[in-house]
Amino acid sequence: MNHETVTKTARQNRTIGRDLIGIGAIIAVAAIGYLLFPDNLALLTRIIAIALLVLSLDLVTGYCGVATLGHAALFGSGAYAAGIAAAHFGITNPLLMTLAGILGGAIAGLICGVIILRAHGLPQLVLSISLIYLFHEFANKASSWTGGSDGLSGISPDPLFGVYEFDLWGQTAYVFGVFLLLAVFVLLRFLVRSPFGMLCRGIKEDPLRIMAMGASPKIALIKMYVISGAVAGVGGALNAISTQVVGLDSLSFTQSAESLVMLVLGGTGSLFGALTGTVIFMLFEDYVSAANPFHWLTMVGALLISVVLFAPKGLYGTAAGFIGRRMEKRK
Amino acid sequence: MSAVFDVLNLKKAFSGLTVTNDVSLSMAPGDRVALIGPNGAGKTTFVNLVTGNLRPDSGEVRLNGETVTKIDAIGRVQRGLVRSFQVTRLFQEMTPAEHVALAVLQRDGRAGKMFGNFLSMPDVMDEASVLLAKLGLHDLMHRKVSEIAYGQQRLLEIAMALALKPKVLLLDEPAAGVPQSDTGRIEQALADLPADLAVLMIEHDMDLVFRFAKRVIVLAAGTIIFDGSPADVTKDAAVREAYLGSYANASHAA
Ligand SMILES: Nc1ncnc2c1ncn2[C@@H]1O[C@H](COP(=O)(O)OP(=O)(O)OP(=O)(O)O)[C@@H](O)[C@H]1O
Ligand SMILES: [Mg+2]
Repeated sequence: MNHETVTKTARQNRTIGRDLIGIGAIIAVAAIGYLLFPDNLALLTRIIAIALLVLSLDLVTGYCGVATLGHAALFGSGAYAAGIAAAHFGITNPLLMTLAGILGGAIAGLICGVIILRAHGLPQLVLSISLIYLFHEFANKASSWTGGSDGLSGISPDPLFGVYEFDLWGQTAYVFGVFLLLAVFVLLRFLVRSPFGMLCRGIKEDPLRIMAMGASPKIALIKMYVISGAVAGVGGALNAISTQVVGLDSLSFTQSAESLVMLVLGGTGSLFGALTGTVIFMLFEDYVSAANPFHWLTMVGALLISVVLFAPKGLYGTAAGFIGRRMEKRK
Repeated sequence: MSAVFDVLNLKKAFSGLTVTNDVSLSMAPGDRVALIGPNGAGKTTFVNLVTGNLRPDSGEVRLNGETVTKIDAIGRVQRGLVRSFQVTRLFQEMTPAEHVALAVLQRDGRAGKMFGNFLSMPDVMDEASVLLAKLGLHDLMHRKVSEIAYGQQRLLEIAMALALKPKVLLLDEPAAGVPQSDTGRIEQALADLPADLAVLMIEHDMDLVFRFAKRVIVLAAGTIIFDGSPADVTKDAAVREAYLGSYANASHAA
């Protein structure tokens, strides 16, 4: 028993250690970004917003094995919810706008989850694509609320805590974004390790086995979709608050597909993988599109092909696996 | 004692081929029943029908007197009808401790908890480690399933089923694929099953069947052709014919 408590606490310490490393890494990368690109905080804030979308996608795709090419529906709904709250209802407190985003995302998550989870595999993918087009078209038609193809403007958030203005430099938005990301990251670390997280991992591998244990995969997946929607909604709200407009592109197939690409690039089924993939993809895209505006898509394509062929677990997944094996050997 | 598990006139055909033909049986708490029969006799199909994984064409299943034919597979598990699989179905990246802990949490309606780690839930961990120790898996409880031997995986299947505290346990060939050297452990695990649990075991290994079962049911081509004591089953002409027939067919096919 004594030996067991020792290994148990050792394991707990290891996971807590990884949590702290994760938090430290996010803060460090955020600080480095701030120092390297002080004039481009808008890009960094956008990376954080998209990172939230990719984390949210990882919850349903990486942890639960749901195939979707329509995940921006959750992100865009969060963005529009926050934007509409501010532009039409005068709810301009950034924290309340974020809350609106969470709600909007969660509701969209519930709707998408209930529909997408009715199918499996290819039909599931097709359903998700149809959904994102429907959401997009709905936002386009409801132009009195959403501004249609012109985008929703007139969003002017109050200063954060009444003090920090969301100004042109974007410092407030960036710091706000970093804090949102940290909060979400910590909560999700709890979630994926919880019994519920374990149940979802089980569902991904063998739903029938989970049913034979008396648990309903369907209910668990719908719950996860709602949580995923809330996370994406945070990202959408951050985007609305920081850019002060919401465009139809936030609710697009392209955005959905790109977020899946980022997830695969970093590695599915790991929060770190989702973050790594987003940062690398978006910086790479930004850099290459400026350096070579004609062929940047080719280069993004080449990067992806090489990752899928040579590092099928994604950049983070492959690196983590490699380091893990080295450490195992040394022991 | 009154029956905990009844099957009445169960029928199932796959596109014209009758695989379960009017099967009825009933079990009381503590029963130890072996279900045997040649390959393709419909044994696994029978399990799938009673657990709700397959829908019967007609017939009825009762648990503790309650008709569960219209209740889905999940509901039947929650009412105490638990099965294991002929080919292990485990989560390769998870540890035995996680498997059993998840089953314990699920049984108690706590598998949906979104905070807390089972490692820090002493009651769950204690129960899991006691159960795993009983099956000789204690030293492996924190290894990944993909790293442990097949015989041990089969034991883990039994551990998971037991963690759900079933009233009726259906074991589909628990010793299949296990090397001879390890069947002893499985046999021990079967001998140690809770006394009031009703167990139906499908098995081809006749030694195991004779040591385990107080009652043997023989299924051939979807029909029960024998239901009685182990002592009588080898003497039964119909049983012999079914088995010989199947061997004859098998050698024809080969
Ligand atoms: N889903 C299905 N669709 C069509 N036929 C099926 C299906 N499942 C089983 N069968 C057929 O039903 C018959 C009985 O299969 P079953 O798996 O129940 O046999 P079994 O007694 O468990 O055999 P074994 O000893 O090999 O495990 C076989 O002929 C099989 O091919
Ligand atoms: Mg079978």
